[in-house]
Amino acid sequence: MHDTHNEKQRWLYSATVKDHFFHPRNAIREGEEFIPDGEGLVGSPACGDEMKVMIQIDSDSDRIKACRWSTFGCASAIASTSMLSVMITENEGMKIDDALKLRPQHILDRLGGLPDRKVHCSVLGDEALRGAITDYFKKTEQINRIPAPPTTKIICACKQVTDADIEDAVLEGATTLDLMMKKTGAGTGCGTCIGDVEELIEKTKEKYFSGNNE
Amino acid sequence: MSKTIYLDHAATTPLAPEVFEVMKPWMTQECWNPGGFYAGGFATKEALGRARETVAEILGCMPGEIIFTSGGSESDNLALRGVMNARPGEKHHMITSSIEHHAILHTAEDLARDGHEISILQVEKDGRVSLENLKKAIRENTKLVSIMMANNEIGTIQPIKEIAEFLQETGKKIFLHTDAVQGGVHLDCNVEKMGVDLLSLSGHKFYGPRGMGALFVKSGTPLRPQITGGGQEYNRRAGTENIAGIIGFAKALQLASEHRKSEAIRLSQLRDHAIERIQKEIKHVQLNGSHEHRLPNNINFSFWGVEGEGILLKLDERGICASTGSACTSADLDASHVILATGQGHGWAHGSIRFTLGKATTKELLDKAIDELKEIIAYLRSISPVPPNPPGSN
Repeated sequence: MHDTHNEKQRWLYSATVKDHFFHPRNAIREGEEFIPDGEGLVGSPACGDEMKVMIQIDSDSDRIKACRWSTFGCASAIASTSMLSVMITENEGMKIDDALKLRPQHILDRLGGLPDRKVHCSVLGDEALRGAITDYFKKTEQINRIPAPPTTKIICACKQVTDADIEDAVLEGATTLDLMMKKTGAGTGCGTCIGDVEELIEKTKEKYFSGNNE
Repeated sequence: MSKTIYLDHAATTPLAPEVFEVMKPWMTQECWNPGGFYAGGFATKEALGRARETVAEILGCMPGEIIFTSGGSESDNLALRGVMNARPGEKHHMITSSIEHHAILHTAEDLARDGHEISILQVEKDGRVSLENLKKAIRENTKLVSIMMANNEIGTIQPIKEIAEFLQETGKKIFLHTDAVQGGVHLDCNVEKMGVDLLSLSGHKFYGPRGMGALFVKSGTPLRPQITGGGQEYNRRAGTENIAGIIGFAKALQLASEHRKSEAIRLSQLRDHAIERIQKEIKHVQLNGSHEHRLPNNINFSFWGVEGEGILLKLDERGICASTGSACTSADLDASHVILATGQGHGWAHGSIRFTLGKATTKELLDKAIDELKEIIAYLRSISPVPPNPPGSN
């Protein structure tokens, strides 16, 4: 028991993460001229992470043909942006529709996992990518293709806590009902949502954490 | 890779060989309980007494005013809890600062949960506590003031003597504790000159053994033990004494005190050289802490547009050990409370790097580390989307 816990909290990056941190792929080089068809930026230095993703699109095939990025953040943030850039440009480039479906867990899988506590802040690249694609759609007047903002659902009506809030809180370490109640207030009103909150905590843990720590 | 350049002496220091030598017999041959009523026990008790005298002499106090503990955190806990809870049921007021070590701040929070009142003084931009603020914070029921001698992250030295004098002037008995875990290594920590009632030390910060600390408690200071049991340490800290540790602690403190003056001069020169080079050779940096009131071995800079963890890993790849106030390497994912408390935004705190120098640091090694740091900052900035100019700069 004790060992497993330690294993989970251990400060250790996978070989893949290390490789992408020390040898980032597709990072923008100083003075390099890269004219993007779309560009997306997420985060801020105050939060500790900021990522900019730039893409070039082949309009005939509707695929991403090149990507450059820059990242302010820790090693895992740099590595995850690097991995994202590989994933969207490999095999003749990813179809835009597929790129829109990319989620943090896909990047995590390819990285061989990250320490639990690093997942939330480090993996913002997919958001920056969706921003870049949206930018491309705007510039090319494909307004109808712009993805709708993610929909959220109120789970705890008393405290107005959404599923997205709960997911974020899990990634920030509220992995038990008790911690969740303290962090978000979810379930601390009438209490009828407690079952749903617990289920969502488990689902989120499964989605992001399983398989990363063995 | 060439040999490691260790620039994290504020985190810990290697045990000095001379210290290990004097500890050895007490770990192997001379294994007696100092409470034992036979020759071995008597000899051990005598050795314990000598170690205590050594420490007392360096601190300028009586041997009976020294309590050996398991380290800085225990000393801080014993000081705060011991004084504030000296008499069961009584509730008091305590004052501390926003840049104390967590061993103080978290203990103070815990005391607040028990019903004590806690005031946390904000510090000036250079990390100094202002006497004006302290004066304003004093209440009718203030029992304890705990201000660190010098800060572990930014190296700011606090005006402990002035604080002691002011507390004296109030005419009330307000006890003064100082956490000298960092300050005690480099500065004179004569408790009488400083005017403190309690002072914490930690052995492994001055090439002594880990798991060893001491608390000076001026005689007449009410103190409730936090570990009860046998009557060891004058009934103030129970548990069979860690003889080898205590003997090593005393020896290490003695060596530190002998070399204090010359080492402070040497390290200050290295520190100033490094600060000057970094300010001259790297753009958009900020020195954290004070120019004037700074520990001889502390260098702490924030680099705009880059994040500390990445810098550390790159330094580590090149064999250089340093530390950061970035959230990414802390257990609670919060940026350094010390750098935030000096009024710097998160953007600066995330990009802070601390070099702390020690016995093994030479100008050559330090220059090599700065050369590497320069390259790393330039590289990380080149792949950062954050504009190179910090807000408010030209």
